[in-house]
Amino acid sequence: MSDVVEKTLTALPSLLSLDSQPGSAKLSSTSKLGNLIRGITELTSKHEEEKLIQQELASIKEQVSSPNTSMRQMKELMVRAIYCEMLGYEASFSYIHAIKLAQQGTALEKRVGYLAVSLFLNESHELLLLLVNTVLKDLQSTNLIEVCMALTVVSQMFPKDMIPAILPLVEEKLNHPKEIIRRKAVLALYKFYLIAPNQVQHIHNKFRKALCDKDPGVMTASLHIYAQMIQEKPEGYKDLAASFVAILKQVVGGKLPMDFNYHSVPAPWLQIQLLRILSLLGKNDQRYTSEIMYEVLDESLRRAEMNHNITYAILYECVKCIYTIHPKSDLLEKAAKCIGNFVLSPKINLKYLGLKALTYVVQQDPKLALQHQMTIIECLDHPDLIIKRETLELLFRITNAQNVTVIVEKMLDFLRISEDDYTTIDLVGKVAELAEKYPSECWFIETMNTVFSVGGDMMQPDIPNSFLKLLSEGFDSVEEDKKLRLFAVDSYVSLLQGEPDKLPQRFLQVISWVLGEYSYLKEELQPAAVLRLLAKLLDTKNTSSETKSWILMAMTKLCDGEAGVSVAQEVSETYSSSLDTVLRQRAHELQYLSQNPELRSKVLPRDAGLEVDSSLSFLDGFVSEALAAGAAPYKPPHQRQEELAQAKALSLEPYGLSLPISMSSCSIADRQSPTLLSISSGLSGDSTDLSLKGGSTTLKLDGVKRVWGKEGYLAQREPLEEAAAQVEVPSPLRSPSQTGEADNSHSQTPIPIPTPEPEQEKQQLASSLFVGLSSHSSVSLMGKSEPTPQRFRRKAKSPSSSLDASERISNSLVSSTSTVDNLLCDNLLDTSELAVPSPSLTSQLSQSLTTANGSFDVQLTESDVKGSSPTLVRDNGVAVPLSGLSHSEITPLCSDQSLDLSVCHVQKEEYLALVSCVCDSAVQELRSLGVAVCQYSLTVKRPSVHVEVVGMVSYQLPVGTHQSVQFSHKLPLTSFIRPLTVSTEEYGKMWLDFTNDTKQNLSLISDGQESLTATLNVLKKKLQLHVVEIIGVEGIVACRLHQDQPCLMHCRVHAGTLAVWLRSPVPDLPDCLIYHCQRALQEH
Amino acid sequence: MMRFLLLFSRQGKLRLQKWFTPMAEREKKKIIRDMTSAVLARQPRSCNFLHWKDLKIIYKRYASLYFCLAIEDQENELLALEVIHRYVELLDKYFGNVCELDIIFNFEKAYFILDEFLMGGEIQETSKQIVNRCIESSDMLQETMEEYMSKPAF
Repeated sequence: MSDVVEKTLTALPSLLSLDSQPGSAKLSSTSKLGNLIRGITELTSKHEEEKLIQQELASIKEQVSSPNTSMRQMKELMVRAIYCEMLGYEASFSYIHAIKLAQQGTALEKRVGYLAVSLFLNESHELLLLLVNTVLKDLQSTNLIEVCMALTVVSQMFPKDMIPAILPLVEEKLNHPKEIIRRKAVLALYKFYLIAPNQVQHIHNKFRKALCDKDPGVMTASLHIYAQMIQEKPEGYKDLAASFVAILKQVVGGKLPMDFNYHSVPAPWLQIQLLRILSLLGKNDQRYTSEIMYEVLDESLRRAEMNHNITYAILYECVKCIYTIHPKSDLLEKAAKCIGNFVLSPKINLKYLGLKALTYVVQQDPKLALQHQMTIIECLDHPDLIIKRETLELLFRITNAQNVTVIVEKMLDFLRISEDDYTTIDLVGKVAELAEKYPSECWFIETMNTVFSVGGDMMQPDIPNSFLKLLSEGFDSVEEDKKLRLFAVDSYVSLLQGEPDKLPQRFLQVISWVLGEYSYLKEELQPAAVLRLLAKLLDTKNTSSETKSWILMAMTKLCDGEAGVSVAQEVSETYSSSLDTVLRQRAHELQYLSQNPELRSKVLPRDAGLEVDSSLSFLDGFVSEALAAGAAPYKPPHQRQEELAQAKALSLEPYGLSLPISMSSCSIADRQSPTLLSISSGLSGDSTDLSLKGGSTTLKLDGVKRVWGKEGYLAQREPLEEAAAQVEVPSPLRSPSQTGEADNSHSQTPIPIPTPEPEQEKQQLASSLFVGLSSHSSVSLMGKSEPTPQRFRRKAKSPSSSLDASERISNSLVSSTSTVDNLLCDNLLDTSELAVPSPSLTSQLSQSLTTANGSFDVQLTESDVKGSSPTLVRDNGVAVPLSGLSHSEITPLCSDQSLDLSVCHVQKEEYLALVSCVCDSAVQELRSLGVAVCQYSLTVKRPSVHVEVVGMVSYQLPVGTHQSVQFSHKLPLTSFIRPLTVSTEEYGKMWLDFTNDTKQNLSLISDGQESLTATLNVLKKKLQLHVVEIIGVEGIVACRLHQDQPCLMHCRVHAGTLAVWLRSPVPDLPDCLIYHCQRALQEH
Repeated sequence: MMRFLLLFSRQGKLRLQKWFTPMAEREKKKIIRDMTSAVLARQPRSCNFLHWKDLKIIYKRYASLYFCLAIEDQENELLALEVIHRYVELLDKYFGNVCELDIIFNFEKAYFILDEFLMGGEIQETSKQIVNRCIESSDMLQETMEEYMSKPAF
């Protein structure tokens, strides 16, 4: 059967060519669609169009539901329905008929049905389930075209959870004799891989077969999958590098059939895909893999000579690849030349790409930017905003202490004309980053003012936060801090005196905080005046209630003196009856504190600095009390919500499938929104984003010179900026070759020949932009270039030592039973002979351990309890397995007149051994007499911050009286934590599997370069965590509670803190562990 | 990977839309609106690239029709431009000197050609001959010869 179809298929094109024009347009003027379209074009108003379409839809609706409509007519109707939908009118009644058409129609009707379905329905539409059967049937069809259609629709939209149903059939198609089917099957699998990677894991070796397919088309298709897999895990595919190089060699050498040529370039899409894969493989490579690529890259550069877009596309990809892999000098040279050609090209598209290439390479080789400085200056004033934006991106990467003012000025200029929100948010963030990196007095404040007023309420919330933090923490010098704050106060007062209602809310919040905190620095400024300004702000209509509470807070800090108090009273009266509870609270505070100056100075001390104890350690005592009293451990809101949702919602997923589905859904979310800063993607360690960031921070290193002299630089900056503003005047266009020559000469010597006026200005701009880029910079306009260190530096953070951690294990009970200690130690560490138990002590001694309070589930494995025999034993065996292991200090638990009980724990691989020691205090002096050692192994069922062991010892004195002593012992969870040795790959897999997570910021222990390593080492030492890997500013750490209760930790250094993200399959484990991490770091 | 392809006229009328990743209906409408206004507002002699959120928009005008393709950030802009061009070549080959009217009246055919050319957001077939052969053969299977001949040309 299939042979017949194939024959018809191959015969048909030749049949067709008998026709004058094989596929030429067959427009049916009589067709109903034609009539509709013509009808619409004749209309004049939107209203008429709507009327016509509604009529049309009504008639379609009537016909589709009529039983007499043939499939052919149905096809026609569907096309019309698609057209109506494209115009923006809903035709939802036709969806079900589209599916019916795909089901029942033949060939073209079916195809239209599938098309309509793919246009009408979304991936999550419930009707899509009805399609599954049709697809299944078509995949099994002997008609090639039907199989093709099914594969096409599958790759377009298919419900994720139904993939298993058709997967075997699609897999089977990988062995189909027709290459078109194989190719489509590979692409369908690629799509599956994207939306549900774990479901196609088992066919990886079949992908290899596709890679070796004799048809180049199938091979090309398989590269999509490989590119994706290599991106996720480059080290797993290094062995394939040689094969990819071999394929590329053949392609570049023109070994493929002519069919694959595009404008006489052999298979450009294939070439670019291969180049991309090679650069993924050669990234961060230690020579070996990169070495085998050098030859073919050289060849590609050489071959791509033709002046056509497609060759430039290949060249661009080559250059990127050369700069990504392990460097080779002569290739780099050629690539740099290539970039030059791009940048100097008169074609604007190529110029754009040249700028992008420069941005990419400039991190490795800042001098390259120097070569093209004049072109960059021209691009900066380009009428096309896109080019301008790209140039700013480039400048952002070459910013250093010397050119930062000029570059930021340029960025702010752009921000003022940009209308795109997304660009604004992005650029505002970059300006703030630069300003904070190189802050200098009033420039810093002025820049941030512009950032706040331009960025408005769209910008990232951490920008105002870190600004306030910087302002309050200050820099090295107290004098400078004061100046900075004074300047801020000055500029904000004048802003408020202007038109404050035009300022964005975020900015107003910043202003009111700063005024509240620092306006006292300006002595001639009356607090009442500031209060009145703030009060005016309160009365403004569009001030949000959040801002209002900031303002009221600031007023509370300021209400000094008689005039101040009266303003405060007035305001607080207005707001003390506000419906907004927060405002009301603030108003009452204001009212009360304004009348009590003493209390106010206690509550809101002036110039106290900002101390935030983010770990809330002062609550520790309260928390542990509450926990001991049986309170449930704290759960962060997101987790609570999750649990709530889980408890409420019905599970709609089929049981067998639930796990893979949830996993794939999380991976697709990652893929769909690359903007989201997902930490899990950062885990791979070398995502481009990460490397870019790394690059931008390293830029600071070179020649940091002093530029902000009190008068020198600032005086010179003015004319420079004017020059920059004037450059907008169109300059005589120069041919690229000229520009090239000029650039070459500029890069070495500044302005050798007199140039026309605008040129001169550009030169000046250039020298101010590119200053400091080369180590022996000859283009230094600034007179002073003595290399003094950067003046402003953030203050080293002193660890907040507010916590006093001595409350946990009370030492009040210590009765210094040193003998016991010695004994126990002896017993533990070497197996010296233990004393013969004194027969006088006990006739019976039984210990019972119970779990405390129910909330701490301590599992007592009774079978493991050794030495709990009723009589005191002379048990050397107890100690043997424990010798050589680390043990805790021996803690006395309780004592009465005849008994001392001490305890110590030993950390074993799988459990915690609790060794308790009983000794008769009456016979204490008689060393090695009256001692019993009992050993228990403890495991934790459900994690909690502390585990309490409660027990009772009852014994009988020879006299016959029964005595009992109760004791309890508290163990931190950390005693049960063991390192978990995993590799980074295993870690990555486990990470996705775990559902319970916690995020928190921890303080770093030092501020230096190695702060992450140092912090992790402390954690490693104190909590016995295993540091899996440290990549740049991120580190991953693993530990486990038992054999099967792992907990993973991902740390990232961000803005001076350590952002920690813990995940574990055990519900409360991350929360408990984060508590101990905090403690460990504080105690350090 | 490509995200979507839009064809619209100089008046901003949508002629063809192809979404390679699932997207909500409202989102689609917004994108179409944003794209038409952004692309139509471009000055002559600007570059053919735009930024939209985290995507790059590559557009090109052929006669009265704008082709607008959205690609992900790491993709190659020039190559995307050539994807558009190749699609136009394919349309041209099939319709024979293609014009906007061909695409308006036979938009389903334009979709079919696109489906043979791109699949799941990636290039499927770069050979012109093969794409057209596929379309023609599937055309033939259900439209009988007589029907073919009887249709008057527009």
